[in-house]
Amino acid sequence: MGLRWGTFQENYAQDMAIFHSTRQWGIVVAFLILLFACPLFCSDRILTIMTMIGISVISVLGLNILTGSCGQISIGHAGFMAVGGYTSAILCAKLGFPFWAALPCAALAAGIAGLIFGLPSLKIKGFYLIMATIAAQFIIIWTIIQLRSITGGPDGLGVPKPAIGSIVLSSKASYFYLVMVFTSLATLLAKNIVRTRAGRAFIAIRDNDLAAEVMGVSLWSYKLQAFFIGCVYAGVAGALLVHYFSFASTDQFPFMDSVWYLGMLIVGGMGSVTGAIFGAVALKLLDELVTMAGPILAAAVAPQAAASLALISHGLIIIIFLIFEPRGLHHRWEIIKAYFRLWPFSHEVSE
Amino acid sequence: MTFFLQLVVTGFAQGMVYALIAIGFVIILKCSEAFNIAQGHFVLIGGYLGYTFLVPFGLPVWAALVMAIVTATIMGLAIERLALRPLLGQPVLAIIMVTIALATVLGGLATLLWGAEYKAYHGLLPTITLKIGSISIPSESLIGLIVSIICVAILMFLFRYTKIGLAMRATAEDLQVVQSVGIRATTVYAVSWVIACVVGVIGGILLGGVSGANMDLANVGLKAFAVVLLGGVNSVGGAIVAGIILGMLENVAAGYLDPLLPGGGLAQVFPFIVMIIVLIFRPYGLFGLSRIERI
Repeated sequence: MGLRWGTFQENYAQDMAIFHSTRQWGIVVAFLILLFACPLFCSDRILTIMTMIGISVISVLGLNILTGSCGQISIGHAGFMAVGGYTSAILCAKLGFPFWAALPCAALAAGIAGLIFGLPSLKIKGFYLIMATIAAQFIIIWTIIQLRSITGGPDGLGVPKPAIGSIVLSSKASYFYLVMVFTSLATLLAKNIVRTRAGRAFIAIRDNDLAAEVMGVSLWSYKLQAFFIGCVYAGVAGALLVHYFSFASTDQFPFMDSVWYLGMLIVGGMGSVTGAIFGAVALKLLDELVTMAGPILAAAVAPQAAASLALISHGLIIIIFLIFEPRGLHHRWEIIKAYFRLWPFSHEVSE
Repeated sequence: MTFFLQLVVTGFAQGMVYALIAIGFVIILKCSEAFNIAQGHFVLIGGYLGYTFLVPFGLPVWAALVMAIVTATIMGLAIERLALRPLLGQPVLAIIMVTIALATVLGGLATLLWGAEYKAYHGLLPTITLKIGSISIPSESLIGLIVSIICVAILMFLFRYTKIGLAMRATAEDLQVVQSVGIRATTVYAVSWVIACVVGVIGGILLGGVSGANMDLANVGLKAFAVVLLGGVNSVGGAIVAGIILGMLENVAAGYLDPLLPGGGLAQVFPFIVMIIVLIFRPYGLFGLSRIERI
């Protein structure tokens, strides 16, 4: 009944493969088919939730490359999403770009913003870098509000419905397909980045930056690369978010979102692509649960209970995970898989 | 000129409160090497506590202050024991994240208990009016200034002349040595969190007395981070000087530049601009110890 009984890699290529067996391929393909069949039997509400989860997954995957793989903690991810979202919105609404052309520009703009605010990371780390990225979040949002003539300032900016060729993505189902395609591609790319030269350099920097530099890994180049890639992900996620609502506003990119993205990474398990997806799905589902429980609580306890429940539950979840499961859901998932793989001889649960 | 001096004086008084809040942050950092992102939320809770004890309970000012300090002490002990102690020895990120989560929980509690509403208690704190030439010192800022100076003096006394103060300074210096001579490091951590809570709550009452208590009070914590970075993260004196500098700069910059900018609101983003500049050019701040480690 196990997933696979044993893995007998005979060379490096096999060891580094993303999918080790045909059975794994089968599971992934089946999952993708199921995912893309969702619009056939899911209501619009569920599709909306899944679209939002997909966008969060893209963003968290970017943060995972930056924070999980390269160890550069960023609490400004929503700010970089805002750069991508607004770039795409301005190009589409003011300059009449088609959606498919605006999206790469948005990704690039967010990446460049990431490079600029990643510059302090060359001199500082830990808490100082966190402060610099928090500052980035506030400075980006402030700048967007200041550039009222281009961005609409606090009033926001209306964006036409995205269209690819002559197909207008106006229904929930069509947008769901778009987001899921990007989420799948982003996941595949993230899985692969860790296997490249750059990915190995990121991990070396995370584990010990001094040793990495001694080994000849250029901190200057790879830290900035990590910022660039992480923020490109954020830019794509931001653009998808803005186009989903057909409206860009600074309220879509609040500071707390930046915190939740990091929270998702912690809940899921830092440094693992699967973990990033688990975390994003788990916290977004918790969000939905809170939204559903909110009105009940508001009626039963006090009108403000709904708002406070969201804050308290998220905060407590992160604290509980940090104390009791610091390696996140991904680690638990590995243990469960190993249990079934090794059953009935489960005395040695491998990593 | 009068306008300029007025801005400077207001900024000075405001900066003193920032310094007070920043000191709470520095004390925790020095003793337990934890970066406390929740410091701003202690201020938020303080603002609402001041309202609760002064308005619905109708206590006199001194009793309200004592009650607030008692509450802050309990809060500090609970936070240290429940959230921070289990994470001793964990990487920096875990501790920072736990304080961020703590900040959200405190924000949620404030929303639950006080409804995230604007609560004003102007005029309930004692006021002193002072006018030098044509510059009037806002009475509520002056009381803030005086209370801040008293608090700083008490803390200085505590650190210099008491046993626990000595233990705290020693822990900041070298944890292993402290443990080897039989000082309980956990007690020191608990005391440092209590001090940070008390200091934050007092700052909250002072700021709440000026501008009323609402959820925005938590943002003062972010200004305190700018203060801390400017002054150097491990320097109490640096926090005081940087607090005053930042308070003045912020007021002067907002006073002169806000009319020129369409959206205004420079005061909100100003601390972050200072932060980025400090981080790029002088990451250890004005008075901090420069770390030998090179990256």
